[in-house]
Amino acid sequence: MSENIKVVENATCTFCGCVCDDMILTVDLDEKRITKSKNACILGKAWFAEHYIEEDAPAAMIDNKPVSIEEAVEEAARTLVNARFPITYGLSDTTCEAQRQAVAITDSIKGNIDTTTSVCHGPSGIALQGVGESTMTLGEVKNRADLVIYWGGNPAESHPRHFGRYAVTAKGMFTPRGKKDRHVVVVDVRRTPSAPAANQFIQVKPGKDFEVLWALRALVKNRAIDPDIEAITGVSLETLQELVDRMKNCRYGVLFFGMGLTMTRGRHFNSGALLALATDLNEYTHFVAKPVRGHGNVTGADNVMSWQTGYPFGVNFSRGFPRFNPGEFTTVDLLAKQDVDAALIIATDPASNFPQAAIDHLAKIPVICLDTKTSHTSQLAHVAFRTSTYGINTEGTVYRMDDVPITLRKAFDSPFPTDEEILTAVKKRVRELVLAKGRARGATGESKAAAPVQAI
Amino acid sequence: MPETMLLIPGRSSKQGTSLNKGKLGEEYLDITSTVEIDVDEMTRLGFNSGDKLRLKNHIGEAVVTCVPKKAGHLPEGMIFIAYGPTSSRLMESDTAGSGMPLSKHISVEVEKIS
Repeated sequence: MSENIKVVENATCTFCGCVCDDMILTVDLDEKRITKSKNACILGKAWFAEHYIEEDAPAAMIDNKPVSIEEAVEEAARTLVNARFPITYGLSDTTCEAQRQAVAITDSIKGNIDTTTSVCHGPSGIALQGVGESTMTLGEVKNRADLVIYWGGNPAESHPRHFGRYAVTAKGMFTPRGKKDRHVVVVDVRRTPSAPAANQFIQVKPGKDFEVLWALRALVKNRAIDPDIEAITGVSLETLQELVDRMKNCRYGVLFFGMGLTMTRGRHFNSGALLALATDLNEYTHFVAKPVRGHGNVTGADNVMSWQTGYPFGVNFSRGFPRFNPGEFTTVDLLAKQDVDAALIIATDPASNFPQAAIDHLAKIPVICLDTKTSHTSQLAHVAFRTSTYGINTEGTVYRMDDVPITLRKAFDSPFPTDEEILTAVKKRVRELVLAKGRARGATGESKAAAPVQAI
Repeated sequence: MPETMLLIPGRSSKQGTSLNKGKLGEEYLDITSTVEIDVDEMTRLGFNSGDKLRLKNHIGEAVVTCVPKKAGHLPEGMIFIAYGPTSSRLMESDTAGSGMPLSKHISVEVEKIS
């Protein structure tokens, strides 16, 4: 370690949706790496330790050959403008400022834009449009919740500080003794490392979450349920009734839910049943529900997409205005059906975690990739940019999983550009090319006046 | 004779820490190609820790290493794997009009190969 050390207080970890903003980072400015991250969880410590500067890595490549950033921006813009059906995807691990530029690019090229929400809590987004959401901030949970239920999630491993900072052992205004003032329930198909943190673990048969949630809704409304529910779901009627009594009689209840609901049979019906259950319970007490979000700024992606286009994910601009249709304009569908002919992938790695049919098509089309590290996607990319890491080298705005915006504090400088800088440059060049293309069409008489509206 | 089992891909601490080192790194690739099976079920199936298994379904196939999981953590017939390139090879791309592929609850045939 060198003597050129800097301490950054109140820094933010952007690894997961908890977006903990109480980090104290020790930075070795000569080595250009973070050597200590006080208050970080095991995932946060790895996040800070492993995002150091790889000086030898090229900032931009075309077909795996180093080029200047300007050349790569030009090639990226030309690729996108020349495509018939380009898609923009990712965005959950970058700043809101960069996300905004990505929406503008996609609008200019009349493409399709989608975020990792579609393969995360997209079904929950569909559900809340249908049944609404009784929601809150995590601060309310910390200060008020005396019944906390985690359903289909494993925060002990995916969001390790969720328990201590917000929902289980956190001490708040009306929960001064932390866990002693709460009853915690974990519902899952397997006994995860989160189960020991709870007062009660309820094991559901795989694929039977909807049935259990619907039975709970019925019991909340004092309807009779056949005892054979246990044979169907693995959960006894007695357990369900006891949980319902506890839910009705708590002071402030919260249902946190994970991808055990959204990635399984039922998808948005599962999320919708849980959201409806929370709403039903408000006839008796205060009850809220919240999806536990994975990536550091996936919630920001939903917010930026919503205020820029009116929709949270799966948005298509091909008619010149935004349309939303999950299943049609979502990335897995568009790739697997081989609909798209170019892709702008920002801060994500679909070549690593998408279904194989989608990956196969991604490998056939020109891909423009922005990432902080070499990935499966950057390796198959036609144009690859290496960018700086948000929250470590880049300032900006992110949204915590409860839609609270948090400003990022930079720890040290990176020689690599930010996602926002690259996307702003691509946007500028895309707009020039689109304008030039429009002029050329006009000169050859391709441009047509709008057809007169026929009288009905 | 292959055994039909339910594969549950999910997150794990080791997967989370190793992905920060890089998804192309050996550690991440090892972790995402290791399946956990209930210790008693391993005995029933004649598997030992470290055995190579072939997971196969109508989408594709993958070779994984198996490790035992403490009794009572995984129900009978269920195996767990950390998300990654291996589970992708077995994942259906149809989203039933939702945008979301069925990324958990993947039915696979499990067979010991070495």
